[in-house]
Amino acid sequence: MVANEDVLDQSQWSRIDKEFLAAPVKSAVDKFQLLPEFLKVRGLVKQHLDSFNYFVRTEIKKIISANNEIRSKVDPRVYLRYKDVRIGEPSMIIDGVTEKLSPHKCRLSDTTYAAPIFVNIEYTTGSGQSTSPQMKKDVVIGRMPIMLRSCCCVLYGKDEEELARLGECPLDPGGYFVIKGTEKVILIQEQLSKNRIIIDTDKKGCVQASVTSSTAATKSKTVIKMEKEKIYLHLNLFKNKVPIMVVMKAMGMESDQEVVQMVGRDPRYSALLLPSIEECAKTNVFTQHQALEYLEKQVKQLPFSYAPVEKRASSILRDIFIANIPVRQYNFRSKCIYVAVMLRRMMEAILSKDAMDDKDYVGNKRLELSGQLLSLLFEDLFKTMNDEVKKTIDAILAKPSRSSRFDISQYIVKDSITVGLERTLSTGNWDVKRFRMHRKGMTQVVARLSYIGTLGHMTKISPQFEKSRKVSGPRALQPSQWGMLCPCDTPEGEACGLVKNLALMTHVTTDEEEGPIISLCYALGVEDLELLSGEELHMPNSFLIILNGLILGKHRKPQRFASAMRKLRRAGKLGEFVSIFVNEKQHCVYIASDGGRVCRPLVIADKGVSRIKEHHMKELKDGVRTFDSFLREGLIEYLDVNEENNALIALYEGEATPETTHIEIEPFTILGVCAGLIPYPHHNQSPRNTYQCAMGKQAMGNIAYNQLCRMDTLIYLLVYPQRPLLTTRTIELVGYDKLGAGQNATVAVMSYSGYDIEDAIVMNKSSLDRGFGRCIVMKKMSAICQKYENGTSDRIIRPQREGYEAERMQILDEDGLAAPGEIIRPHDIYINKQTPTVTRGTIASPMGLPESAYKPSRQTYKGPEEETAVMDRVALCTDKNNNLCVKFMVRHTRRPEVGDKFSSRHGQKGVCGTIIQQEDFPFSEHGICPDLIMNPHGFPSRMTVGKMIELLGSKAGVSSGRFHYGSAFGEPSGHADKVEAISETLVKHGFSYNGKDFIYSGITGMPLQAYIFMGPIYYQKLKHMVLDKMHARGSGPRVMITRQPTEGRSRNGGLRVGEMERDCLIAYGASMLIYERLMISSDPFEVQVCRKCGLLGYYNYKLKTGICSTCKNGDNISTMKLPYACKLLIQELQSMNIVPRLKLTEA
Amino acid sequence: MSSLESNTEADSDLTPKIPVWELPDVPKGNLSPHLQLQRTRVVCNKEAPTNTENVQYSGAYAAMGVDNSLGLGEFRKRFRVEVIRLTEGDMEFDLIGIDASLANAFRRILIAELPTMAIEKVLIANNTSVIQDEVLAHRLGLIPLQVDPRLFEYMSENDIPNEKNTIVFKLHAQCEKGGSRSTVKTDELKWLPNGSELLLATENMASNEASKPKTYTSFTCSQDSLPEFSKNPIAPKHPDIIIAKLGPGQEIELEAHAVKGMGKTHAKWSPVATAWYRMLPEVVLLQEVEGNKAEELVKKCPVKVFDIEDICKGVKRAAVARPRDCTLCRECIRGDDWEKFVALQRIKDHFIFTIESTGALPPEVLFTEAVKILEDKCERVITELS
Repeated sequence: MVANEDVLDQSQWSRIDKEFLAAPVKSAVDKFQLLPEFLKVRGLVKQHLDSFNYFVRTEIKKIISANNEIRSKVDPRVYLRYKDVRIGEPSMIIDGVTEKLSPHKCRLSDTTYAAPIFVNIEYTTGSGQSTSPQMKKDVVIGRMPIMLRSCCCVLYGKDEEELARLGECPLDPGGYFVIKGTEKVILIQEQLSKNRIIIDTDKKGCVQASVTSSTAATKSKTVIKMEKEKIYLHLNLFKNKVPIMVVMKAMGMESDQEVVQMVGRDPRYSALLLPSIEECAKTNVFTQHQALEYLEKQVKQLPFSYAPVEKRASSILRDIFIANIPVRQYNFRSKCIYVAVMLRRMMEAILSKDAMDDKDYVGNKRLELSGQLLSLLFEDLFKTMNDEVKKTIDAILAKPSRSSRFDISQYIVKDSITVGLERTLSTGNWDVKRFRMHRKGMTQVVARLSYIGTLGHMTKISPQFEKSRKVSGPRALQPSQWGMLCPCDTPEGEACGLVKNLALMTHVTTDEEEGPIISLCYALGVEDLELLSGEELHMPNSFLIILNGLILGKHRKPQRFASAMRKLRRAGKLGEFVSIFVNEKQHCVYIASDGGRVCRPLVIADKGVSRIKEHHMKELKDGVRTFDSFLREGLIEYLDVNEENNALIALYEGEATPETTHIEIEPFTILGVCAGLIPYPHHNQSPRNTYQCAMGKQAMGNIAYNQLCRMDTLIYLLVYPQRPLLTTRTIELVGYDKLGAGQNATVAVMSYSGYDIEDAIVMNKSSLDRGFGRCIVMKKMSAICQKYENGTSDRIIRPQREGYEAERMQILDEDGLAAPGEIIRPHDIYINKQTPTVTRGTIASPMGLPESAYKPSRQTYKGPEEETAVMDRVALCTDKNNNLCVKFMVRHTRRPEVGDKFSSRHGQKGVCGTIIQQEDFPFSEHGICPDLIMNPHGFPSRMTVGKMIELLGSKAGVSSGRFHYGSAFGEPSGHADKVEAISETLVKHGFSYNGKDFIYSGITGMPLQAYIFMGPIYYQKLKHMVLDKMHARGSGPRVMITRQPTEGRSRNGGLRVGEMERDCLIAYGASMLIYERLMISSDPFEVQVCRKCGLLGYYNYKLKTGICSTCKNGDNISTMKLPYACKLLIQELQSMNIVPRLKLTEA
Repeated sequence: MSSLESNTEADSDLTPKIPVWELPDVPKGNLSPHLQLQRTRVVCNKEAPTNTENVQYSGAYAAMGVDNSLGLGEFRKRFRVEVIRLTEGDMEFDLIGIDASLANAFRRILIAELPTMAIEKVLIANNTSVIQDEVLAHRLGLIPLQVDPRLFEYMSENDIPNEKNTIVFKLHAQCEKGGSRSTVKTDELKWLPNGSELLLATENMASNEASKPKTYTSFTCSQDSLPEFSKNPIAPKHPDIIIAKLGPGQEIELEAHAVKGMGKTHAKWSPVATAWYRMLPEVVLLQEVEGNKAEELVKKCPVKVFDIEDICKGVKRAAVARPRDCTLCRECIRGDDWEKFVALQRIKDHFIFTIESTGALPPEVLFTEAVKILEDKCERVITELS
């Protein structure tokens, strides 16, 4: 269709115009339906899954085939060749039987959800003359942890019922691993893009062009910098900076004229290049040979290398200097051109600052996902394993005689890959020495505090910079983040703006084959670089074609080329994620097919008219169409950040002009998952939305459908969670309406009792009685029945029903384990375990030990005294060392109390200030009594207008019986109810249009002198509860070494009078108080001090005198009080040969 | 002050000259209209209600010769109760000629101080359902029971549960293995008139076989032998409240003990879903509203307080037809100058009282009980004072 229009010539134009006028007026098509379809196809964590799938399907094959041979050095006839690789089904071999794994089973039994890696091998048996080739199929080389819901996972493609049967929550997004029972997610890593020229300035303000090259073989960083008007190359294999002209000459560019031509004939460029050329001449470098000799001297001497010294410079230039440009047979021409382009871009940047690249621009960034990280790791481990195999077989083959026939396939070690992958994933430390990669904290335990927290965790992007840097640039909101990264969801504090989250519709690309794209480009009229002279390179109206940082050639009609490429992409002849970006300023066409780019789908528009028509959407609704068919038919396409610069994107179809090329699907998709929960976020002050994004993750509610089958260390659940009355489209899309984390509370915005200052809320006791804010806290305790080296093992025995310990064993069942449903109190025994007294050495009959050989090692419950917890579940499983592992879940149901933290969805947190009887609460004309009262002072400074609209909308919602919507920017498209419409509904149901009600005081019974803004607001109970935090102590445990009170709530510690408190007391002159706090209540100690030598003595109880151990008598002994810590200090100093002496005087 | 009608003339002409004592007297014995309004009406303006406070002081209007004290005789003459609606579950009635403090006292007593029976102790023998024991107990507690609390006594801490202070229910629900999920509703709560069937665990069974085994309650007689319960057995008010849902193979077996309690201890003992009142609305047309404006006014009101009456020659005039229906949405005074035409007021001593009973007692009984409690309280005060 577009093709036809393009070839229309001027004579046909008038006819077309009439047709255009006669065409139906473009109508706003509700494209929202595309979104659920998109999420159905792609899911919320598709980026992780895609990346892992790519690794498992493609990347791992590449790695294997790149290192497919192990050949003995000793006997070259002995070899092993990998033919094929595949990942099997997740399974585990238990006692020789292969047992299939399911993720939930792994979670419960602390095992790793992993699948065997099968390879087909061809190898030789025997050695020397008698080798014979053999084939073997499905040899296991290790076990690969499997990402949940990826193509290798058992959950792949399962429907809700099948998932339920496997014990899995259908709403769980997957995208994480189960390693030793804990769920681990590999965070998305943000990086500067590889293999691209980036022009910026260094600390001194010198313009530099840098390329971080990354190929399968090498990784290097090349910097070309202009210092004092001369241009140098910085490469860490050279001792010093090297003049760039020398490098050019070394690469065979002996003629200065050609260099100038390559950079461009503009006299300004030549002028900038002149000092460098002069410098080169000054150093007497004129020929390639001279240049190479010059460079040879600059090469860093490697300490232990005996490589031929002459060839070093040349090989560095070939292999390490801008390594992403391949050099064939020492033909450096393409590298020269690349350097020339770098120089040219640098000079452009020097001449005008606009040409400088922005490091924070999202288009210059790549997101590294789990697949890429795993492939790095796997490659390293695989190579290590091969090296090991080689070493062993060489060692064996070197031996003169062997008994059995040599079989190389038996030397494959499986454990190194399995253990390596498992360890890296569970610690999160990527230590890949081969690629000089040492990164920490790459994996995190999936946050299971709330469903939204889990989702938010999957979309989190961790930064490349260290957090301490005090720069505002990378933290600021980049305009290019629009639609790709959520503008709201970022933590507060040190990581603010660095840690980001993906937006709802973002997709992260995976690598795509370059070969077909290259040949396609040449077919579409790209002139090959090899055939061009330097002069032709930068002709005024020709554009360079650059594919993934590699210059392919030039094209004389770039726009035509770009539109042809795009047409091919829309037709599906090219990968859908390939981006074509015409950079007019740089006279370049950038084609990108590399992985890690962020992109998002947009509706294509022709001359401002959307390609998606009403009938398309109808077909979608009828189920005839899917999201992919939209993509295939060229109605929708993915644009990455760079290509967005070539597009004119209209927010709504109505706003489209003839120049418009694309139309947004829905504007609320610029927000992420967490920010999507906020109703009317576009009416709020922006930091409030950010606060809510952080707080939504702490809200209690439902975690997953299988929440009661999980054995996490800590689970917070709400007893009666509700779905919000005022929902958003995002809430429905992500399933928050099914796994809510909050309750709709009727809120009156008024002042009450004075216990509501500083954001405190006043709660209605009857509401709490009826179940508002009631929550369940579950904690896990576990016990292991250890087996010891001498064959003995722990045992669990039946409890004593009589005797003094019977009371503590009340909750135990006959099997010695606590019974589910029993109330467990502090100091109760929950497992009656015994340990053998001798666990080392050999014992005659380890199984038949007498009763006396065991000592009790019971485990007792240590909880707060005031809490009555209940034993919820007891689970028995085998851990990986084949020990019996018993897990206990202890449950405690709590009702809200003063000091518990609550929050609405607008970053308005507050603690419960007081709880008031219902009869004292105000009530409305309709008999409605609020659940909580919020102080109106919370509004003016916070400016959370969204909360007010939420109240209105929910109020209209309850009275009309319809869920109202408040999606971001949703008013024009009908995804958010307008305030006017809400007001109308309110009036229809007998409320005031402004949501304010006529209220009677519950205390006096008279009406209040103001109308009160009252209605339901969705409130979240946050995990911070008083019961977990409150702490006080009279006397209690002390630290052994200093005899001072312990520190911290968990150790029942004291509250420290710190330096500042002490300063206050000094200033106040309360010396006796200081004495009491720092001495009497802390660590008083009586010491014997010798007045003569000033050292500490001791008290002899027989003689009843103090004796100085230095003077050997008790003549000059005084008794005094000292903090024990001071005595300790004195003695410690003495132990290091410093003598502190106490000089005593009469007071 | 200037709005005092009697003073208007003097005000406008001769304010500076006339000494205070020469001013004409305020007419004795009756209040001027604006004070009368202030005393008897809450005026609901567009922005905020005014005159919400009651004038308590008996001599507040003494200067005008009006006695503001509350006399018993006067009260008896003026006080009226009109029942508007009475159904099994709820009731609406008017309390006319009473102070807000008294009406509020009734409301507060209804919510917090009228005793009912509610499940307080749950002995769980077996619970394999997904619902946690505490949550199940909480849910059971909130079930309204159809039993007259007046027939029972409070159980204090040291009391032994007996037939006078405890009602025992049994719940044994099971979902068959291999079947589909089932729902446990309140009708499965079975009343045990003979008290608990669960044996006390501490009792040594073998010691005395002859005597009745000790259970958690000690009933001397069966409750259904009592005349009050023989005809209407005790049961939850509604048979269809969902208690729990069971999956195949799950089972709940428990015993629930209900005791007498008050709403201020826990909302489950509150005999009312809610009880509240509102003051009788009074809508006053300050000016004649005619023609289009009248039609506009009628259309404005969502609850149709206004009607149009045809005065002569097809001229339409708005009239207040159903002021009682006014919900105070204030639509009629919204907009430019509508406050000049319509005044929304509330009559301070006329309360439309609504009681929604949870089912233990019918609402009218609840109210009389509330009156009795207030009476008791007053008597207590009097005896303590004397």
